[in-house]
Amino acid sequence: MNILTGNDLKSGAVVWWDGGAWSHDVNAAADVGSDGDAINAREEAAQRVVSAYIIAADAGPHGIRPAHIKDRIRALGPTVRLDLTLQPGDADAATRVI
Amino acid sequence: MYQYDQYDQAMVDTRVAEFRDQTARRLDGRISEEAFRPLRLMNGLYLQLHAYMLRVAIPYGTLSGAQMRLLGDIADKYDRGYGHFTTRQNIQYNWIKLSEAPDILADLATVEMHAIQTSGNCIRNISADQYAGAAADEITDPRPYAELLRQWSSFHPEFCALPRKFKFAVIGSETDRAAMRLHDIGIQIVRNAAGELGCAFYVGGGMGRTPMIAPLINAFVPLDQLITYSEACLRVYNRYGRRDNKYKARIKILVHELGKDEYTRQVEAEFAHLLTQNIEPPLAEFARIKAFFADPAFDPAAPDAMPNGDPAFLRWVKANTAAHKARGYAIAVISLKPAGGIPGDASADQIRTMADLARDYSFDEARVTHTQNIVLPHVRKADLFALWQKLVDADLATANLDSIGDIIACPGLDYCSLANARSIPVAQRISEKFAAPVRQDAIGELKLKISGCINACGHHHAGHIGILGVDRKGVENYQLSLGGSEGADCSLGTITGPGFSEDGIVTAVEQVTEVYLAQKQGEERFLDTYRRIGMAPFKEAIYG
Repeated sequence: MNILTGNDLKSGAVVWWDGGAWSHDVNAAADVGSDGDAINAREEAAQRVVSAYIIAADAGPHGIRPAHIKDRIRALGPTVRLDLTLQPGDADAATRVI
Repeated sequence: MYQYDQYDQAMVDTRVAEFRDQTARRLDGRISEEAFRPLRLMNGLYLQLHAYMLRVAIPYGTLSGAQMRLLGDIADKYDRGYGHFTTRQNIQYNWIKLSEAPDILADLATVEMHAIQTSGNCIRNISADQYAGAAADEITDPRPYAELLRQWSSFHPEFCALPRKFKFAVIGSETDRAAMRLHDIGIQIVRNAAGELGCAFYVGGGMGRTPMIAPLINAFVPLDQLITYSEACLRVYNRYGRRDNKYKARIKILVHELGKDEYTRQVEAEFAHLLTQNIEPPLAEFARIKAFFADPAFDPAAPDAMPNGDPAFLRWVKANTAAHKARGYAIAVISLKPAGGIPGDASADQIRTMADLARDYSFDEARVTHTQNIVLPHVRKADLFALWQKLVDADLATANLDSIGDIIACPGLDYCSLANARSIPVAQRISEKFAAPVRQDAIGELKLKISGCINACGHHHAGHIGILGVDRKGVENYQLSLGGSEGADCSLGTITGPGFSEDGIVTAVEQVTEVYLAQKQGEERFLDTYRRIGMAPFKEAIYG
């Protein structure tokens, strides 16, 4: 699947396109298929999110897993500060980043 | 230490107001990200993996207690309760909201601080020997000259759009504690045969993807021509430095491609011209600056005997203090490298504690080192035990300066959008593996440095042991290098061979130390043994 991610303009927080809005939860990310560029262009014009880009990801039993480690770390937060995890509801999320 | 005059304060306050207006216009959509990005970068505000990151300038690493305390308060008020001290003697906050960034800059301005020129193709924060004004081996305090350079380079209209970023380091001792020759310009204050002070200019050093050691281009520039000569060096670079290729744009490439002699010839010609233009600041201005760096009121009756007592305290004294120029005083270094910790990170409470300790024990002054530690430059020897007890209470008493546990590590892929691999977990695992004091003591001085990408913010080229994280088809991989040094015996490390996994690099470091311990002669440091026996025994141990 292809998903769209960026950073919230105001807070800088990592966000994921859920099909209608931006979510802080990677597991809410929608498969944008081949529409990513169009959505990105529209959202760029709306100026809510900065540096948005399309990434490959897999949907598995534990949720959505970005293909590249950099985006898996963006989805989790720093692997060295698990007290700051962006996935507080998933105690094992850090074990699946690397 | 230097205190702002009305011009300094007005410049900083004006910049805060300007950035507040720019940010407001960005947030309500009146200016685009493309237009705003260079404006926020001029104020040290980057967009990193998880949020905006603010890099605050700490000129030549020097802080008052009030400034340090505010850095702790900012960590609590605007970030997530901690800050990261960097290899440029600055501090970074990792979780900044754009909407709050102007307020942070306004708070910083209340204690004469800012984030100007901590990004962009300009002259960055001037770094210096962290023991300046305190070291027993110092010829002169380099900070007045660093401050003069700071004032000259701040908003310098000719050098706001250089081909690439530009970094100065200034030292005033024979011992290089500032990696001086790995800067774009390294200045060493020296004394000539007539007893006069002047500057030795080393130009064209740097790390990154093309590491180079700066050659000496002028062994003695009179101190009252420091700015004029610096201007000449920058002018030649600004005129001929490459702007067509970011990777060849640093001055080291220009000096290398022109050759040291031709670059020097051009600088000397420009220097001769500039001498006719009288651009050097008046001596009265330098005298005004220098007066701020007068010695504090050292107690001439301070007892000179090193205190005795607790073995853990004595071990800390041996590892973390250095000789002071004043009788009865010592330089104390607070390690931000606990075993298993994140190099350079300090909690808001720890930062405020260090501010209190600077106030109570070090004439209200602290320094940030490029090795990501904190210095209390002027501590009475008689106060060291009391200081150490307070450091113990704050989890700041790790005794490991310049040992294998005192690792430099960049933020790496845990925070940085440029990184290819994580640095911090590797540092944590190595420092845990070598945490036992007896093991660290057996190994002695061993400087280990880790970068998460080729930009080399973790100074891996200059590590006795250097580690570079790379991305191999989406998997972290770590290259090992040996034999680097950032000091007066400056050298660049040599890669051992194929890279390693995260587990593998920790094992390889252990194997390297075992070779050293088996081969060392007498009091040899790791670096001495490596230079004597060469790479082969280490490769044999690592790769079989």
